Amino acid sequence: MRFALRRLGFFLLTLWAALTLNFVLPRLMPGNPAIAMIAKFKGGVSPQALHTLEVQFGVDTRKSIIAQYGSYLKNVATGNFGTSLSEYPTSVGHIISSAIFWTLGLVGVTTILAFILGTLIGILGAWRRGGSLDSIMPPVFVITSVIPYFWLGLMVILVFGVKLHWLPYFSNYSSTDTPAFTLSFIWDVIQHAILPALTLLVTTIGTWILTMRNTMITTLADDYVRMARAKGLSSRRIMFDYAARNAILPNLTGFAMSLGFVLGGAILVEYVFNYEGVGYWLLAAVNNEDYPLMQALFLLITVAVLVAILLSDIATALLDPRTRDAG
Amino acid sequence: MRSASETEVTPDQRSGSVLDVRALSVEYITDAGSVLAVDNVSFSLDPGEFVAVVGESGCGKSTMLFAVAQLLAPPAEVTGGTVMFKGRNLVGLTDKSLTAIRWKDLSVVMQSAMNALNPVKTIAAQFKDAMRAHGVTSSAEIANRSAEVLKMVGIDPEHLKSYPHQLSGGMRQRSMIAMAMLFTPELVIMDEPTSALDVVAQRSLMVQIKELQEQFGFAVVFVTHDMSLVSHFSDRLIVMYAGQVAEVGPTRTLFDSPRHPYTDGLMDAFPSIRGPKVPLSGIPGSPPNLARRTDGCWFAPRCPKVFDRCHTERPELYYVDGIQARCFLYDGSTS
Amino acid sequence: MAMIIPGGTIEPAVPIELTDLGPSTGRSGRSRSPAIRALARIGKAIRSNRKASWGAGLLLFFILVGILPGVLMHGDPNVVGQFKVGLPLSWHHPFGTNGIGEDLFSQVIWGARPVLEIAFGVGLASTAIAVLIGVAAAYLGGIWDAVLNLLTDVLLVIPLFPLLIVIAGYLHSTGTAVMIVVITLTGWSYTARQLRSQALSLRKRDFLEAARVRGERPIYIIVVEIIPTMTSLLVASFLTNALYAVLFSSSLQFIGLGDPNQVSWGTMLQQAENNEAFQTGQSLWIIAPGICIVLLGAAFALLNYAFDEIGNPALRPLRRQKQPRVLRRTSAVG
Repeated sequence: MRFALRRLGFFLLTLWAALTLNFVLPRLMPGNPAIAMIAKFKGGVSPQALHTLEVQFGVDTRKSIIAQYGSYLKNVATGNFGTSLSEYPTSVGHIISSAIFWTLGLVGVTTILAFILGTLIGILGAWRRGGSLDSIMPPVFVITSVIPYFWLGLMVILVFGVKLHWLPYFSNYSSTDTPAFTLSFIWDVIQHAILPALTLLVTTIGTWILTMRNTMITTLADDYVRMARAKGLSSRRIMFDYAARNAILPNLTGFAMSLGFVLGGAILVEYVFNYEGVGYWLLAAVNNEDYPLMQALFLLITVAVLVAILLSDIATALLDPRTRDAG
Repeated sequence: MRSASETEVTPDQRSGSVLDVRALSVEYITDAGSVLAVDNVSFSLDPGEFVAVVGESGCGKSTMLFAVAQLLAPPAEVTGGTVMFKGRNLVGLTDKSLTAIRWKDLSVVMQSAMNALNPVKTIAAQFKDAMRAHGVTSSAEIANRSAEVLKMVGIDPEHLKSYPHQLSGGMRQRSMIAMAMLFTPELVIMDEPTSALDVVAQRSLMVQIKELQEQFGFAVVFVTHDMSLVSHFSDRLIVMYAGQVAEVGPTRTLFDSPRHPYTDGLMDAFPSIRGPKVPLSGIPGSPPNLARRTDGCWFAPRCPKVFDRCHTERPELYYVDGIQARCFLYDGSTS
Repeated sequence: MAMIIPGGTIEPAVPIELTDLGPSTGRSGRSRSPAIRALARIGKAIRSNRKASWGAGLLLFFILVGILPGVLMHGDPNVVGQFKVGLPLSWHHPFGTNGIGEDLFSQVIWGARPVLEIAFGVGLASTAIAVLIGVAAAYLGGIWDAVLNLLTDVLLVIPLFPLLIVIAGYLHSTGTAVMIVVITLTGWSYTARQLRSQALSLRKRDFLEAARVRGERPIYIIVVEIIPTMTSLLVASFLTNALYAVLFSSSLQFIGLGDPNQVSWGTMLQQAENNEAFQTGQSLWIIAPGICIVLLGAAFALLNYAFDEIGNPALRPLRRQKQPRVLRRTSAVG
């Protein structure tokens, strides 16, 4: 129980830190960037909206910074992120709600797939040490894990999209389609998701394979694995029940932490494929100086990562009885 | 006094024995070369006999033990010799063939139960694993036997539900011994099971082991670096040095009159709590680097009774008064 | 963009022990300074490990290119329209020219330097900060440790790339120096955590106790005794951070947040994308700088992985052994 409380406490603390960071950043930059933004949108946006922005970003210095912080926090708590500037008059919340859906689908599915596949291959590689799989694995995967997400995306587009014309590579679905729950639309969505998913899978799987393999190798040298052999247990049981179950524990923590990186990489993949998820909109907001949207998206991504970490902590506690008692 | 070559059948290697190890050799094979960790070790065990293997850290006793149980892992490999257990040579057997023997006829107890027990499984689950691997499927039978073996070692069956980290050090070691008793095997191999405990717990554990042995009649090979511990509990003693058998014989004989200078030194290093106060002496120098093979006896650099021949020739095991010692003092040529 | 360090684990369950290095007052005496001995060991380790040799070779190659670009290519790669558009590969233009009349090969050559500057800048700066914070936290202990530890953990959890994007977004365009600062500030926490772990474990070791008993000052202990022992972690930290710097900076430049006036592999890719390189059949514009990024990143990653193997012998590749003849003769029965 104490363990759960501590993790929750850390979660809240980091959440607060992210919120505060979001608030403080524009005010720290040399010359408040919001001023330029407001000047840019002066003609196309209503005066009230402008004033709200001035307050939100600290351009309006009539309110003290404490008061600004207070109203900022209140807005976040009530889910009021303001209006998007680049997509005026759509509210930020509206844009986010549809973007989340697309990103969760793409990134969520791909990451879980990469983790599972990567872990299994890693286990196999460690079990058959010295085999052909094991000797080529490390160098190959070291190289695949340093390929920039966006460049691999471009290469994938070049090969499968431009040269071979096998799959579409622009946006979540064809511009001629309208979203509906029909089979043809769903198929269209899947087709559009294959190349971005492939890109994400290839770049992320290498790390899972390698770390699982290395942790397994260290675990396989442990006494309780030798004991399991002595008891005459089958290879499969030793591999999964004794070695893998212990080896995966540090990886679970890594999984959640790496989610932050995966989201970062997904940003680039979405950009390259024009896939309208959270990452795409974040970059669009940056390029358009649409700060309300940008702030909200950054917050969203951070919260997602924090939640993932909390979940992985829970999973670790469930799988490792020692953490439960350690409190 | 005649010399005994390791491959001849001698009074020490009888048929009808439960375990018969002959000329066992183990090497650690790496890219940088190979190191001979166990050099031509032979001994045998009668049913119900308790043999202790002693020596300094790094003398190869644990490696030898794991080689006997076929539990070596790369880069260690058995490179010679046979291990006859119940009429079959264990060396070279596949894991599948070994499964039938493992735990049912031959079980293992390791040094630190904290490391030897799976930290994420309950004691009950680990007992169950062993039993199910050998065809016991009825959960009632599993539960009964698990409780039974725990009671044998004096632990309340309540603790079946516990995880290893929730038990005290002594209880953990005893549960490992209980686990080894699940099928009351004929041979139990123990690798320093008491080293992680304090002296009081050590003695209590040894007494427990001896009681179980008397009750069920299994043979024990017990590896330790603590001479005083095995003096009361073992029938025979094997002293190892630099991967070789330095001296072997009945425990009492070795304690009363050790022949090999190394054994002599070991005896002197462990004071008797009842005897007269004598100044403690150790053995000067440190164990040899097995990667650098030199001519002559491994112990020569540290031996108080060394002479010229010791530096140029390698001694074999020679008979003297019912024991065997690897020392030129006893090869019959020197008077 | 790599997530977890290739070959490394997130949390060093047991801090990496360096039995091959050791206190400066070893049996060999103070004949050579710990730094020189450490460098000599590193050199030897690199030569013996194949991955490390490849990695070091690649890195040296790029460093040479970065320092002396003029040797390979003359002229200013920045001038647009210098050459005809879309020229094929030739001796004058080994990679041809791109859609706006620039020579690709010279761009790739000149583009190496800013990337290397950022990589080394971030590598050194991050490692320096991580050492300061990690060692200070472990050594000062108490409230300092708790606070710094919390700060590190919090920063560790906030997603780096989005944060980088937001900061760079506010700044509009970032030159080399700004890029280094920004990436360092967001990325030091990972290695700080590892160094703190190791420093903590070292605190209790005997040779430090001996130094304390001798009456050495804390700063002496930290600089002369602790830091050399952590050499392997320091090297790993430098390599990791350099790798991230290469990938992150290229990514930022690609989405337009770099310095548009500077030729760098990332900005080349951005320009290629803006000029529809694929559609106009100029795939080399995208392929060439990309491959350079991959190669430089691989150099850092290979070195990192190799050092991991050097520190943990269990991970080294096994040599396949043939069955010794003795065993094949004895049968399974009797």
